[in-house]
Amino acid sequence: MLIKTDQGYAHPIASEITPRAVFEERRAFLRSLAVVGAGTPLGLWAARDARAQAAGASAAAPAAPALTTGPGKLARLPAVRSAIDGAFVMDKLTAYEHVAGYNNYYEFGLEKSDPARNAHTLRTRPWTVSVEGECAKPRTFGIEDLLKLAPMEERIYRLRCVEGWSMVVPWVGYSVSNILRAVEPTGKAKFVEFVTLADRAQMPGLRSSVLDWPYKEGLRLDEALHPLTLMAFGLYGEVLPNQNGAPLRLVVPWKYGFKSAKSIVKIRLLERQPRSSWEVAIPSEYGFYSNVNPKVDHPRWSQATERRIGEDGVFQRKRPTLMFNGYEAQVGQLYAGMDLRKFY
Amino acid sequence: MKARLGAVLMHPLCKPVVALVLLLPLVALVWGALNDTLGANPAETLIRNSGEMALRCLLLTLAVTPLREWTGVAAFARLRRLLGLLTFSWAMLHLLTYSWLDMGFYLDDIVRDTVKRPFILVGMLALLLMLPLALTSFNAAVKALGSSRWKRLHQAVYAVALLAILHFFWMRAGKLNFGDVAVYAALLAALLGWRVRRLLGRGTH
Repeated sequence: MLIKTDQGYAHPIASEITPRAVFEERRAFLRSLAVVGAGTPLGLWAARDARAQAAGASAAAPAAPALTTGPGKLARLPAVRSAIDGAFVMDKLTAYEHVAGYNNYYEFGLEKSDPARNAHTLRTRPWTVSVEGECAKPRTFGIEDLLKLAPMEERIYRLRCVEGWSMVVPWVGYSVSNILRAVEPTGKAKFVEFVTLADRAQMPGLRSSVLDWPYKEGLRLDEALHPLTLMAFGLYGEVLPNQNGAPLRLVVPWKYGFKSAKSIVKIRLLERQPRSSWEVAIPSEYGFYSNVNPKVDHPRWSQATERRIGEDGVFQRKRPTLMFNGYEAQVGQLYAGMDLRKFY
Repeated sequence: MKARLGAVLMHPLCKPVVALVLLLPLVALVWGALNDTLGANPAETLIRNSGEMALRCLLLTLAVTPLREWTGVAAFARLRRLLGLLTFSWAMLHLLTYSWLDMGFYLDDIVRDTVKRPFILVGMLALLLMLPLALTSFNAAVKALGSSRWKRLHQAVYAVALLAILHFFWMRAGKLNFGDVAVYAALLAALLGWRVRRLLGRGTH
């Protein structure tokens, strides 16, 4: 594999280059910063911050740069900007209404408009997450403990659905490693399984036996400990909407979206590789790894391209999908020497 | 009642109204595409809806004969050609939206996609089978082919229907989302079942 000289995020493709309108906006913002005498090298952030800061009128530049703000319907979830390599893609954010209105959460229905319509029945308090298995200090965390376990960070990740569409989401959370380290995995621990809520009283979708409930997902321990592997508690600066997996969900940005299990109730450290729900349902189509890979197609459709929700116009050709969803510089070494066609 | 139904079906406006009703979704889709009101994934909405409309028109086409026999109103047969052509039109729109929005009109990609994915191949086969039916849908074609040969040719519609349902089923199989498929499959089974029963009934008499 070539050594990337690019710092952090890799930008190999012309279509990934910041659109003209955005960089012009950035310049205008830098000019306005210069006017208030705070022309610090915030250039990269200017495009996104411009709107938020414009709303804050002409107050002097804030000590910490403003974070993404949502529509204000849900409780705020304060965060700091993540310092992790790859935590911020430069792509335009997908609108909140699309992030919260178009997604898969089979426990609330099979259509992508169903979760937003049906997930109001999900009760996110009280909520506990038991972390168990191959660890020295198994423990059941209350959601309040987890919210305080590590500082909340904002991270802007791409999300690539296995169905061929993608989004750019500003998540709030912290690396899953914070939780795993708290329970001290033993030397036997090689894999991590994430078990999600399955309650018929709250989730109408459980009446259909489309998947073997509860929905389960798994990662190799080194994948789970990778700093980019996020436990998200919020998005757009607010707590997660129910339909997006409240009160806490996994986000693994270099894997297809279904790997990022929602509404997690149990985390198990395991010696042997667990089987994830989609792997059990259709083993020929869904593998354990499910890394975003434009060269390995889903049997029913190509994975070479994707449609960015809310951005790529109806009549625009789909954009190329990037290896590891563009996170190759950060995670490529996890799979060094592996045949990714075999371990799909 | 029977006479009233017959009169409605024989009315000169009957066919234009049926055509208008079944093409109205097209107006809505085009308007929505131009005004960006087709939701988060407008391309998917266009491809899905055109395919589903084709399937609906196909089921309506196959319902003509059972309706005619069941009600005893022969005038239902007047609608069959129109419904068949509407099925073909929606199927062509389905092909157009797929080729354009999913494949960007890259012929290489379309060919590769077709040979690689059984559900696309089956959909293409259904389209291909519909082509001779649409091309021989005018009166002179019936005369030229002879009535019995024309009828035999147009029995290909049953194959089209089975391929279309299989196409829909295989597409949804990727995410195990079979609710809609089951509804259409049940309707098709009823329509084809009625024909099978009639055929068997004739045999025993």
